[in-house]
Amino acid sequence: MKTFITSATLTLLAMASGHAIAQSMAMAAKPPAAPAVTPASAYPMAPAAGLYQAFGEQAGIRALMDDFVVRLKADARIGEQFKDTQLDHLAQQLTDQVCQLAGGPCVYKGPDMKEAHANMDVKRSHFNALVEVLQQSMDARGIPFTRQNQLLALLAPMHRDVVNTR
Amino acid sequence: MKQLCPTHHRKTPSPTLLALAATTALLAAAPAQADTGKLLLTGGVSSVEGSAGGGLSPWAVIGSQAAEGETGVSAYLSRAVTQDYGLSAAGVAVGINDRVELSFGHQDFNTRATGTALGLPGLHLRQNILGAKVRVAGDAMLDSDSLMPQLAVGIQAKRLQSSGLDGTLAALGAKRDGVDVYLSATKLFLAQGILVNGTLRATKANQNGLLGFGATLGGADNGYQLMPELSVAWLLSKNVAVGFEYRAMPNKLQRAGAAAGLGNGLRADDWMDLFVAWAPSKNLSLTAAYVNLGRIVPATTSGKKQTGVYLSAQVAF
Repeated sequence: MKTFITSATLTLLAMASGHAIAQSMAMAAKPPAAPAVTPASAYPMAPAAGLYQAFGEQAGIRALMDDFVVRLKADARIGEQFKDTQLDHLAQQLTDQVCQLAGGPCVYKGPDMKEAHANMDVKRSHFNALVEVLQQSMDARGIPFTRQNQLLALLAPMHRDVVNTR
Repeated sequence: MKQLCPTHHRKTPSPTLLALAATTALLAAAPAQADTGKLLLTGGVSSVEGSAGGGLSPWAVIGSQAAEGETGVSAYLSRAVTQDYGLSAAGVAVGINDRVELSFGHQDFNTRATGTALGLPGLHLRQNILGAKVRVAGDAMLDSDSLMPQLAVGIQAKRLQSSGLDGTLAALGAKRDGVDVYLSATKLFLAQGILVNGTLRATKANQNGLLGFGATLGGADNGYQLMPELSVAWLLSKNVAVGFEYRAMPNKLQRAGAAAGLGNGLRADDWMDLFVAWAPSKNLSLTAAYVNLGRIVPATTSGKKQTGVYLSAQVAF
């Protein structure tokens, strides 16, 4: 048992150093199957199978985002950041973005995440708050927990571009 | 082998009160309190030594609800009861900028029949643990496009309080002070909803320090040993996680015990648990676990593997 635990632990630590090596190798040879870098996400990952359908396709995602933007504006922690936002426009942008990421037929044509948040002071805690609000919206829509996490897994890496205030 | 010492009756404030007082003081002093903070359960719970992580192991996560740019504090109370022993633990931790964690933990181990068998009825072994941890790389939660875990290095400075067992420990060559140093790697595989932690700990602690540090009697190996620890947690929902932990333990006292004529009476085994953690809110988490602490002084406990229930409550801001 101890041997197994040691190997498992060392594997996890090796992942960290292996990550650095893998990154430099990936620079030389881009894997052919990787989704393209787009404004929708600079950190593209393949969506889980059936994710787009699980969210109710375009109509379902739009309903989710309509609910989400209302909650965002009402949130005590980050609502202030959205006081001048046109909610309808934001909901449309988010729908296109999430639809594309989740494997749907949409194309997001808006600004990339860095640009979109350049004029705001976004801290990590704001990003976390937004994730929570999205979870609340998904809960309200009855999205299963596993599917919620599969979507969050596609959105989470954006923190590197969205969070601009340390 | 039996050492009879006059029992001490010092009036010291209970660790619980100390923990609560410290929390209040820190909350008053903290410049930027964590009002937005972390996602549920992502600060870990409080380990039995006071560091943020699982129940048995420190993880690479920084404790409290403080995200980057914030300072937060957490406090915990834990209790484990096995067939022959009881362990109470309490403490506080401060998280700074999601980068540095400072912790204080107090453990009170009731030796029950073992104490009596050693001529020390009512013996409690008490230990204070000062912890410091620094996140050195990575993000455990949000780098879901990468295999890179969050990495942290930490230190736990432990001191076993003086008790009737002092003479016995000295005879075995076990010290009452020790320092553990560890490296933890933690990763939440978000799409799968599974968190994994691996820790490598350099330690000489016997039973986590409750039976002192190291041993020299009988040519026992008194050097640091590298112990691996593994935690795996499945997120069942936003508020609930289940999982298991395995913490390898050094076995330095076995040889010393044999040299003292106790056969395998001081043998130690690895620790493990199966747990469920529930966070009804961001500020409160409750953990229940089935623990197996292996043999603890098998000489006086008929070689039983100490199994039982562990309960822990943590408040975090």
